[in-house]
Amino acid sequence: MKRVFAALAAALLCASGSSAVVVPVPEPDQSVIEGSVLPPKLSAFRLFWPDSSQPLESLTPYTLRTALFSDYTEKHRMFWIPKGRKASVAADGGIAFPVGSIIVKSFGWPDVNGGRPVETRLLIHRAEGWVALPYIWDADGKDATLALGGRRVAVSFKSPDGETHDIRYAVPNKNQCKECHSLSGEIVPIGPKARNFVLPAGATDYWRGITFDKPAALKPVMPQWDDPKSGSVADRARAYLDVNCAHCHNPAGSASNSGLFLRWTDDPTTVNYGIGKRPTAAGRGSGGMDFAIAPGDPDHSYMIYRLESTDAGIAMPEVGRSTVHKEGAALLRQWIAEMPKASH
Amino acid sequence: MRFHYLALPLVAALMVAVPTQARTIKIEAGAADANEKLQEALIVAQPGDVVELGAGTWHLTDGLSLDVANVTIRGAGTGEGGSILDFTGQQGAGEGLLVTSDDVFLTNFAVLNSKGDGIKSKGADRIVYHKLRVEWTAGPKETNGAYGIYPVESSDVLIDSVYVRGASDAGIYVGQSKNIVVRDSIATENVAGIEIENSYDADVHDNIATKNTGGILVFDLPSLPMQGGHNVRVFDNDVNDNSTPNFAPKGNIVASVPTGTGVLIMANRHVEIFDNDFDQNGTANVMIVGYRYEHKDPKYQPLPRQIVVRDNVHGKAGYAPAFDGGTQIAAAFGGAIPPVLWDGAGEDVIVLDKVGVLSLNLPDVATPRDQAKPAPADLSKGTPPAALPGITLPEAMEAKVK
Repeated sequence: MKRVFAALAAALLCASGSSAVVVPVPEPDQSVIEGSVLPPKLSAFRLFWPDSSQPLESLTPYTLRTALFSDYTEKHRMFWIPKGRKASVAADGGIAFPVGSIIVKSFGWPDVNGGRPVETRLLIHRAEGWVALPYIWDADGKDATLALGGRRVAVSFKSPDGETHDIRYAVPNKNQCKECHSLSGEIVPIGPKARNFVLPAGATDYWRGITFDKPAALKPVMPQWDDPKSGSVADRARAYLDVNCAHCHNPAGSASNSGLFLRWTDDPTTVNYGIGKRPTAAGRGSGGMDFAIAPGDPDHSYMIYRLESTDAGIAMPEVGRSTVHKEGAALLRQWIAEMPKASH
Repeated sequence: MRFHYLALPLVAALMVAVPTQARTIKIEAGAADANEKLQEALIVAQPGDVVELGAGTWHLTDGLSLDVANVTIRGAGTGEGGSILDFTGQQGAGEGLLVTSDDVFLTNFAVLNSKGDGIKSKGADRIVYHKLRVEWTAGPKETNGAYGIYPVESSDVLIDSVYVRGASDAGIYVGQSKNIVVRDSIATENVAGIEIENSYDADVHDNIATKNTGGILVFDLPSLPMQGGHNVRVFDNDVNDNSTPNFAPKGNIVASVPTGTGVLIMANRHVEIFDNDFDQNGTANVMIVGYRYEHKDPKYQPLPRQIVVRDNVHGKAGYAPAFDGGTQIAAAFGGAIPPVLWDGAGEDVIVLDKVGVLSLNLPDVATPRDQAKPAPADLSKGTPPAALPGITLPEAMEAKVK
């Protein structure tokens, strides 16, 4: 995917260098975004240059301070808000994209398919609500095909520590998209929150002002989980849990019945944050342990056991992970190990 | 003229009431991409549609899910020659089939060997589970999935004529739900056969719970979004030979259920146990206890209250009490403890059956169990609370299983 970014940067440079010729910047097809069809081909939305996985410059790339782990994929995130409409930033940091917006996320590995994306997921805000659609890129890399039922794709890649992984990567089906992107049974975006949302360096104040109703509220205050300079171990662990777990583990999410709530805003000292929490419906996910988090004792904390497993029925999160995020688990291990041991 | 005035509104009503043509989407097991086709059918289904599973076996590698309201999944049978969803090779998802929409009807198919739970429904109101088999075919193993049939956070739940075997937690588990009927079903060789947990208003009747560790459990646990379980009737069940050694992964609450338990009530209010047929439950036919673990939930009520045990038939029980000190107590009682066991905690625990009751005399749930002072107790003197009304489900749910 780095190659994609490089190509994108080159295209941008060319565009700025050829200012003498006024070429309208192509834009997504608003009638498809706001229509009711589920197009079988990704190209129908006109998000990418023809016959390529290179996104249009009219889409805004963004990054997250702390990102959801998905089998070491590199993710390329973009959004589009139709002209004349604004996203609003709520008091709790949620970003409400207007109808007609689309959020685009491409997944790939630098050493798979020459860095081209393997899949692209769309979150489309239509009048009746958000729609989540998964597309898998065709072998020739020119277009991607709707995979409503999801698919397993065999890939081989190296993680940052040099280990080779041969996995059957799971592209989620439409329902699995909703399992994570669900609040009280409705689909919602989960990544873009003010506390975690980073706009490109070149985003001007003018552009921010026409795109967001309260651009000043977009302050990415949450630590970056793998940057010790950005926060304490505990704060980075909480950021990691917020991004990797809290989309289900909140009172209106898919794991509401668990009573385990891991949002950035939840009190990290309570039973409902996992401290001394006994398994409820964990089954063999308990690993024979009594508590989700046993302070001072990561080896007897089944939160760690579930994060370090790839066995369906044990592994957490339940979808979207076929490998262990060793670095993330190590952070949580350190966090739990540093907690003062307490009698439960 | 008068005729026309009458007829016109009728026609109008018909036009409104008749939905767009409900479709039947048939999926064959043997087709190429059968798994993707099945999942896609569950995604593109419209309310009113029937997704029909052909006869045969699907070898599924991922969990299936349904999020469209008022859809029926109908198979060709639960046994050989039926519609078998085999998850032996499952690589992802926490359950075999997940339902998250209302008014869903599941009937006449089997879910085998899922890595996590068998069929889970969450926030799925008015769901009907009917003529299903959920089984871990190698029998009791700690590595089996936790729950066979698992509705949670739902109102109006009907589980009718299902067969569940091998769950390492509960075969049929209803959690954090309201208005529940579990009937005419068989739960065998699970840790818990049938469990009603943190739920309100349930009838569990005409089931067979046999060869589990514990037959039928009514529990309430702390620190969960819905708690204060109450109004549960357990009646007309056959609860016998629950003798399978406990194979639950440790840490889970059911790992503490003694082998040989018939019905176990923990920390609930207003539970009626009547007209059941008990036999061959080595620890006790009926056990009534408080929640004896430490917890930090000020809203939680750990005691059983208003429990009535009446008109049951008691066969042999108490001959192999599988809790610490049980063997010594049984010896002191001449080889078997009485068929009803109470830990001594709670209020208005009433036993009208003409059998013995053993109390451990531990009224405070904080008292360690090794301080038990076991002695016979007479619990027949209290005044039973007014009988609970039966559960009524919406007629449309009952119509589906007729």
